[in-house]
Amino acid sequence: MSDAVALPEPRRRGVLARLARRPLVLAGLAVIGLTVLAAILAPWLTPYAPDQQHFDGLTLQGAPLPPGGGPDGAFPLGTDLLGRDLLTRILYGARTSLVIGILANGMALLVGTLVGVTAGYFRGIVGALLMRFTDLMMAFPALLLAICLAAILRPSLWIVALVIALVNWVQVARVLYTETTSLAVRDFIQAERAIGAGHGRILLRHILPHLLPTIIVYGTLGISTTVLLEATLSFLGIGVQPPDPSWGNIIFESQTYFQAAPWLVFFPGLAILALALAFNLVGDGLRDVLDPTQRERD
Amino acid sequence: MALHLARRLLQSVLILLGVTLVTFFLLYVLPADPVRQIAGRSATAETVESIRRQLGLDQPFWVQYGRYLWGLLHLDLGRSYLQRAEVAELIAARLPATLLLMAAGIACEVAIGLAMGIWAALRRGTAVDTGLMLASFAGVSAPQFVVGLMLLYVFGVWLRWLPIGGYGTAAHLILPALTLGLLGAGWYARMMRSSMVEVLRQDFVRTARAKGLTRARVILRHALPNAILPVIAMIGIDIGIFMGGIVVVESVFGWPGIGQLAWQAIQRVDIPIIMGVTLVSAVGIVLGNLLADIVAPLIDPRIRLR
Amino acid sequence: MKTILATTALLAVLAVPGLAQNADPWQPDPEARPGGTITITYQNDVATLDPAIGYDWQNWSMIKSLFDGLMDYVPGTTELRPGLAESVEISEDGLTYTFHLREGVRFHNGREMTAEDVKYSLDRVTDPATQSPGAGFFGMIEGFEAQMSGEAEGLSGVEVVDPRTVRITLSRPDATFLHVMALNFSYVVPREAVEEHGPDFGRHPVGTGAFRLAEWTLGQRLVFEKNPDYWREGLPYLDRIVFEVGQEPTVALLRLQNGEVDIPGDGIPPAQFQQIMDDPAQAARVVQGGQLHTGYVTMNVTQPPFDDVRVRRAVNMAINKDRVIQIINGRAVPANQPLPPSMPGYDPDYEGYPYDPEGAKALLAEAGYPDGFETELFVMNTDPNPRIAQAIQQDLAAIGIRASIQSLAQANVIEAGGAGTAPMIWSGGMAWIADFPDPANFYYPILGCAGAVEGGWNWAKYCNEELDALAAQADSMSDPAQAAERLALWSGIYARVMEDAPWAPVFHEERYTMRSPRMGGDEALYVDPVSIPVNYDYVYVTE
Repeated sequence: MSDAVALPEPRRRGVLARLARRPLVLAGLAVIGLTVLAAILAPWLTPYAPDQQHFDGLTLQGAPLPPGGGPDGAFPLGTDLLGRDLLTRILYGARTSLVIGILANGMALLVGTLVGVTAGYFRGIVGALLMRFTDLMMAFPALLLAICLAAILRPSLWIVALVIALVNWVQVARVLYTETTSLAVRDFIQAERAIGAGHGRILLRHILPHLLPTIIVYGTLGISTTVLLEATLSFLGIGVQPPDPSWGNIIFESQTYFQAAPWLVFFPGLAILALALAFNLVGDGLRDVLDPTQRERD
Repeated sequence: MALHLARRLLQSVLILLGVTLVTFFLLYVLPADPVRQIAGRSATAETVESIRRQLGLDQPFWVQYGRYLWGLLHLDLGRSYLQRAEVAELIAARLPATLLLMAAGIACEVAIGLAMGIWAALRRGTAVDTGLMLASFAGVSAPQFVVGLMLLYVFGVWLRWLPIGGYGTAAHLILPALTLGLLGAGWYARMMRSSMVEVLRQDFVRTARAKGLTRARVILRHALPNAILPVIAMIGIDIGIFMGGIVVVESVFGWPGIGQLAWQAIQRVDIPIIMGVTLVSAVGIVLGNLLADIVAPLIDPRIRLR
Repeated sequence: MKTILATTALLAVLAVPGLAQNADPWQPDPEARPGGTITITYQNDVATLDPAIGYDWQNWSMIKSLFDGLMDYVPGTTELRPGLAESVEISEDGLTYTFHLREGVRFHNGREMTAEDVKYSLDRVTDPATQSPGAGFFGMIEGFEAQMSGEAEGLSGVEVVDPRTVRITLSRPDATFLHVMALNFSYVVPREAVEEHGPDFGRHPVGTGAFRLAEWTLGQRLVFEKNPDYWREGLPYLDRIVFEVGQEPTVALLRLQNGEVDIPGDGIPPAQFQQIMDDPAQAARVVQGGQLHTGYVTMNVTQPPFDDVRVRRAVNMAINKDRVIQIINGRAVPANQPLPPSMPGYDPDYEGYPYDPEGAKALLAEAGYPDGFETELFVMNTDPNPRIAQAIQQDLAAIGIRASIQSLAQANVIEAGGAGTAPMIWSGGMAWIADFPDPANFYYPILGCAGAVEGGWNWAKYCNEELDALAAQADSMSDPAQAAERLALWSGIYARVMEDAPWAPVFHEERYTMRSPRMGGDEALYVDPVSIPVNYDYVYVTE
């Protein structure tokens, strides 16, 4: 930033220290950490394969086993309706949630940033068109759109991520658009322009760094939304394809049985809640710490 | 203001037009043939072609879309391919159920959210405050279908207090409305809390309390009126969120609304119904956003929404 | 076989005019008493009550109670008997059927039904503008092609001889014709009511049936009330039937236990099944019956690797049908042939392919796939179908076939099947439930060459011209005296199909219905093979 008119360095120093003072953020980070560990270590944490249908995993009448069921309590959280170990499926399901969470949200962030920053910086016809397009996307019933897209594109892990990204980028674009427009008219950007700096340079060196806190905050909060949307699509039977486990499709497959076997809804539901909550807590903490204009006032 | 409103209205119409175009296109490229669904299993190729011609599905995309718009212009949403009834009639028969559920859901979330927010603000900095704010986060992080199924299990199957699905009486409404309400209550709680904190800090409130006004009066006189506009704005946004997610709640509770109608239509590519429900939902969303936009400038900027 | 004998006897009687009344072995239930209202629930809404269009689980038997056809079935059985026709004469060559109509049959609007109405109804269902999903059933009637292509005004083969006589001429002898005349699509509708309501006739049905529509609140409930002028003496027993739609099966069952519902139309949900069967009081009210249904895996015979019959046989030997049935709580019987056990022509002596993974592996190796291969298994995305597909997937993996599951909306699976882009399809949710109880109904659209075209329902794209010729030969045996011979021919055709193995039949679903303690009537009425799920006209309440 040598030749630029300096704007106070965005407050980043001490971010970690200030985050660490917040117990809710720490709890959130712990849950995320545990989920990541579970996803990576799944093969070592459970003796079974996620799609292994155990012969003794069902009663003779085809009912799932309750938690602690099976010979010698072989299935700590019980089994699902195909006689598969529920704990194993939840552990491997963490992979699905995290991969889709990061992938879909990464795509959404990328598209949202491109659209928002382009529209906010260049304004004009391109900007107007892009923003009208985001308005259009805002007016779509999100789930119906996702369902139609999933029907066209034949669901798989990548397609589900793509569908979620297509639905989720709008929020990011709108927020970044607002921030970019206010940045673009600031004195230091005008000064850069005056001394003949190119658009690329201005965008990369001056606009993006100031948008970074917002991108980080929305990147974190967005993962929570993504995890929920993936679970919902899978719950409707149009998400990740079986037999790959996802927390949502475990519940989808068990729904007809939930009265007799509520644990099949409870445990994966708890997993979804915990992970989405964790990303929300961390995201909110980041927002408070990174964004001076939106600090808690009390 | 009037001019601004007129411009926003015109924009909304264009947006809705865009929604129909995009949806129509998505359904056009859908790898499923509605004519197969209509013609049945024993149909000959000629029958299939004849039905395709009659429905105009042999026409190029722009002709089909043009015809649809022409119908819309005459307030004609078309006829369902499989039920053969007017789509407008089918939607009209189910819309009241959806609107009732949404209204009850919004009432739930406002009531729960405001109560939580006020309580948290009064106990600011204590464990109650932290607990309530954690709960508000948990609410917005919980998947609707899990909340719905668990509520069903606890109140319907286990305690047997409430019916586990269906439609008709107030008892049927409680669980689905609560499911919708718990989801969004957290946002209202946080908004109400920051609004309350703002109010409690103001000089006249301090004076008032010093003069012995009760807490209840402070809340009623100052905090709640302050929160009315933000609540309206948030309700506007919520209409959109609810419209988008209504499919799930309706399917969990067997609620006879437009979400169920759309879900069954999607299974069997009944395109006129899918178009109709999408359009009606989009109208709801646009109106909700419009409401939020109109009140937004009037809101005290110190109150944090979302 | 009992069924064959019964059918033969019936057809023989029908052929002799004047004796038709004796063809109806049904006797009124001495216990039955008139009156009362019952409540039945369904999960899905009723789409239409137009007999030319309705083709759903819910509306199929509702339409049967609102309308009548020339022919009918003895309640609770698959035996044909005369309906609106009092008797029928069949010509020597089997090409001309003369129906004599009953006297004094009135539509719900009070007008007397005549031969003109019969002709109008048949012309209407085959009119391309009606877009009936059942039009294809009438292909044997003379003038069908001209009618479907829009060249003719009405079916030339259907003539009104006098107000009480209709003569129908066929373009080829067809043993299934009388079944087609008992099919919903052939039911008689009054022209004036159809013209008054136009496309909304399905919402304002007017027929000659035992009940008439009294109330319909879209998405919530329908009420049928007794037709006091019904032409069958003393029927129906019930005064009113209330159908509540949009009710989850689980909810319906709880309400039945509370005494609010009399019959859960969608049956007993899987999770509650065991609990009910363990309770003697409740189990006593469960009615079990066969169903004209087969669940199967199709294999596209036009594409490698399934173009090799050894591979298809290996798949037949690889699937552990008992395990699949366990997953659906044992509510099915294993299948080894396309026809279900309660269908005439089912061969109880046919052994089918054994469950033999080792043998299957050997067959695969012989076909040149010692290490198996990758393929796709398409399935409709509603429970329990994805679960069944996963069980099949695991069985296939055991012999080296790595099938990835494509779990899609019904319409997308049907599209892929029709286009021939799906190597394997699990038929559940879209499976064949017979339209009428005759073996021919399982052949033409789903196993014959006619269905093996682009967009057809023969998803295996299996076309064996020789079998098509045999099928045509069998169906030309419309002389009742040849009925046994004809069924034997059909059994042979299905045995040949299984030799080529375009399908792996997996199970035949059994139906389990429950009724409230106050519901009376023969058990067979609650699992009627034709009036699915319940024959409303003959059940009654005991209180």
